[in-house]
Amino acid sequence: MKKFVNDVELLLQESLQGLAAAHSDLVELHLDPTFVTRKTPAKNKVALISGGGSGHEPLHCGFIGQGMLDAACPGQVFTSPTPDQMLAAAAAADHGKGVLFIVKNYAGDVMNFQMAAEMMMQPCATVLVNDDVAVERSTHGTGRRGVAGTLIVEKIVGAAAEAGASLDQCKVLGDRVNSRTASMGVAFTSCTVPAAGRATFDIADNEMEFGVGIHGEPGRRRGPVRPAQELVDELMAAILGDLKPAAGSQVLLHVNGFGGTPLIELYLLYQCARQLLEEKGIKVARSLVGNYTTALEMAGASLTVTMMDEEMNSLWDAPVHTAALRW
Amino acid sequence: MNTQDIIAAVEAVQAAILANEQQIESLDRAIGDGDHFINVRRGCEAIAALKPELIPLPPAQAFNRIGLKLLSTIGGASGPLIASFFISMGRELEGISEPDARLFAQALAAGVEAIKSRGKADLGEKTMLDVLIPASRLLVRLTEEGSDRATLCAKLKEEAEFNMLATRDMIATKGRAHFLGERALGHIDPGAKTSQVAVFAVCDMLTGKRAAPVLSPVTP
Repeated sequence: MKKFVNDVELLLQESLQGLAAAHSDLVELHLDPTFVTRKTPAKNKVALISGGGSGHEPLHCGFIGQGMLDAACPGQVFTSPTPDQMLAAAAAADHGKGVLFIVKNYAGDVMNFQMAAEMMMQPCATVLVNDDVAVERSTHGTGRRGVAGTLIVEKIVGAAAEAGASLDQCKVLGDRVNSRTASMGVAFTSCTVPAAGRATFDIADNEMEFGVGIHGEPGRRRGPVRPAQELVDELMAAILGDLKPAAGSQVLLHVNGFGGTPLIELYLLYQCARQLLEEKGIKVARSLVGNYTTALEMAGASLTVTMMDEEMNSLWDAPVHTAALRW
Repeated sequence: MNTQDIIAAVEAVQAAILANEQQIESLDRAIGDGDHFINVRRGCEAIAALKPELIPLPPAQAFNRIGLKLLSTIGGASGPLIASFFISMGRELEGISEPDARLFAQALAAGVEAIKSRGKADLGEKTMLDVLIPASRLLVRLTEEGSDRATLCAKLKEEAEFNMLATRDMIATKGRAHFLGERALGHIDPGAKTSQVAVFAVCDMLTGKRAAPVLSPVTP
């Protein structure tokens, strides 16, 4: 394993210190417990707080700022943050309009945010993001995972909160965006959790994990690497099979890199996916391509489609000013 | 059982888990996401650092303090689950300064019940509960029967070992391994393994040289 590390125990803190210093106009780092807030807290709005294991940067701390999150709670790499972090972040970010937690659907994140919500005095609600269609819906399992669609929920609800939407409205909107969003990814290589020091899974040079999770969890199956268009066709079949968009509908298409795949390949994937959508008479109304929900240095990418409407388009277009997303 | 016994038990569990690092880690890499051992170790270290604070506390408060510390230290799914276990044990032992074996067994059962409800999981889902639920039931039964310590520990170890191995043939319906479906078959669940290691550690401590009396004789 070759990584930029001084002391593996301090990696997260040193990285957060770097983030806070590089974007000192936007964010402020709080330690013990660890959370990041906007430099200038927004008053008179619902506080949007997300969080999760680290290793998916820029998610979530890179999305703190005007038009998106108010605070984020980074956990250790691939490990959910803890309720004390969430309570402290809520205390700092809430100015009387309530707190909306945006949580990716993993057992750890769900339980920790749940315990925080149980301990909180102020009004709060939670939007669970579960956009990954690789893992089928199940009444017994934890259910679908939350992956790259989380950014879309954070952006759209962030814009609504900034415009003065109430806690209830933010919750309803967040659930709605999530229900209209589907993602699926494929990985060529594993990733290495720094503290573990070795690859999370073994995969041969000519193999890929189809439907991989953003922690290197297995997806639907392992198979030989195939041409990009074939992969896109299959990912899109799963995504569109879930969303069932009618011809003439408009969507947001997000191609997300997992951290180890260059942009040249991500744009190629975008082109393949966009052509496929257009052939089906689906209009790509909005687009986003880049490494936003990463899995450390994993090579691979995911496709996300959100069914948009005019309200969602305009919330997507609303100004955003964060470390990793701004327009 | 007093707080010193609790600390001794926690230390025994910590030592045993560290000694089994390689096996636990490789199980988690096979069907988890590779962070189970790191999280458990972080929890153990936090409790070790807490020791001076725990010593003067009655068992109920010691368990509660351990639970809250783990809640803010471990994270992941194991944090809230293990924290709920200790916090519930503390709640169950409220106002009891020296719980006997039977009361301790009941508190432990309440702790296991808390893991079940927090994790919305039950037997047969390829998790730590596959070791903990039967072990706790057996402990309640044996303490009610007034079983002697050596027999009790031997039977508990046997039960834990058997149930840990049985997770190999299960398809996970909870925890990270459930994403694997049938691919998890043939792999022991790392949470079940850690639980078995913990049961062995406490039993060995009770019957071995370092035997601080965690379980005092049953008082009628």
